[in-house]
Amino acid sequence: MSIFEYNGSALVAMVGKNCFAIASDRRLGVQLQTVATDFQRIFKIHDKLFVGLAGLATDAQTLYQRLVFRHKLYQLREERDMKPETFASLVSAILYEKRFGPYFCQPVIAGLGDEDKPFICTMDSIGAKELAKDFVVAGTASESLYGACESMFKPDMEPEELFETISQALLSSVDRDCLSGWGGHVYVV
Amino acid sequence: MECVFGMVGKEFAVVVADSSAVHSILVHKSNEDKIMLLDSHKLMGASGEPGDRAQFTEYVQKNVALYHFRNGIPLTTAASANFTRGELATALRKNPYSVNIVLAGYDKGSGPSLYFIDYIATLHKVDKAAFGYGSYFSLAMMDRHYRKDMSVEEAIELVDKCIIEIRSRLVVAPPNFVIKIVDKDGAREYAWRESVKDAPSVA
Repeated sequence: MSIFEYNGSALVAMVGKNCFAIASDRRLGVQLQTVATDFQRIFKIHDKLFVGLAGLATDAQTLYQRLVFRHKLYQLREERDMKPETFASLVSAILYEKRFGPYFCQPVIAGLGDEDKPFICTMDSIGAKELAKDFVVAGTASESLYGACESMFKPDMEPEELFETISQALLSSVDRDCLSGWGGHVYVV
Repeated sequence: MECVFGMVGKEFAVVVADSSAVHSILVHKSNEDKIMLLDSHKLMGASGEPGDRAQFTEYVQKNVALYHFRNGIPLTTAASANFTRGELATALRKNPYSVNIVLAGYDKGSGPSLYFIDYIATLHKVDKAAFGYGSYFSLAMMDRHYRKDMSVEEAIELVDKCIIEIRSRLVVAPPNFVIKIVDKDGAREYAWRESVKDAPSVA
């Protein structure tokens, strides 16, 4: 089994009309055994910026602690919150620092930039950014998620409709993946 | 194979561990205590590589005591769990410890809590946790019978159910178990469940 499939995860982020939604599953497993059904994969960096970390849970926790540290330092120096684009570049740089001994994580970054323009992106475990205008996915259920999102997504959805769409896409995809599931956490901003 | 498990009850938490010290096919001793008292209100049950287990749990215990000496107040359970995770995570890519930990504690404000800490430093706060081959049986029994806010008697009844299951279904089942409990009055040994006693020594 690959190291990315050790704990199991499913993450998806979608863009709506002046809003975004980010959702994750809740399972924490150790290969085939489920350890907990309330694991948190999405973290708030500031009110308009959320990051989800798929992949190995220990690296997700370590990486989250490093990112919060760097953002707090940025806030102290610049006296303002980081823009999502800047944060994505920061995550990419931190991941590439460990190019030859990487964090086994795939981050999904979702935020509202200038004038509340929604921004989403994902990257691989060594920081290769993938910007998208509609949706991004990560985790063991990513292939199912690509299919579900492609068929269910419409541009410029209002928050309520976006919530329904992202939830349905997540739940139907994780139902086909034994390593992720046990419910979902959805954040709509 | 080493079995450690634990659960949270009403105003207490219980941790159970087997007590065999095994080297390949030989059982060195069958009354090894694998649950360390970190301080007056914390228990750390550990399973894994014996040397790492003893050394790492002692290291955490002494650092918890050091914090108490330096700052005059004891660490909370959450703080000691995060400290433990930090030490495991730092060592992970240099010189990893092969120890799985179930950390239970009682704090005055927040009551009892239980933390699952993997050998690769995955930390999660849980109501019930288990490690080892025994986890297949104990987690299943706990999933079936566990309720929130069980009394001590009910929890020990569930612990005994788990132990019976492990003894009857695991091929290399450990014969003896130690049960430790932590509540507002502190952390202490609750009972041993022995099916193999050491022969009495000749005076």
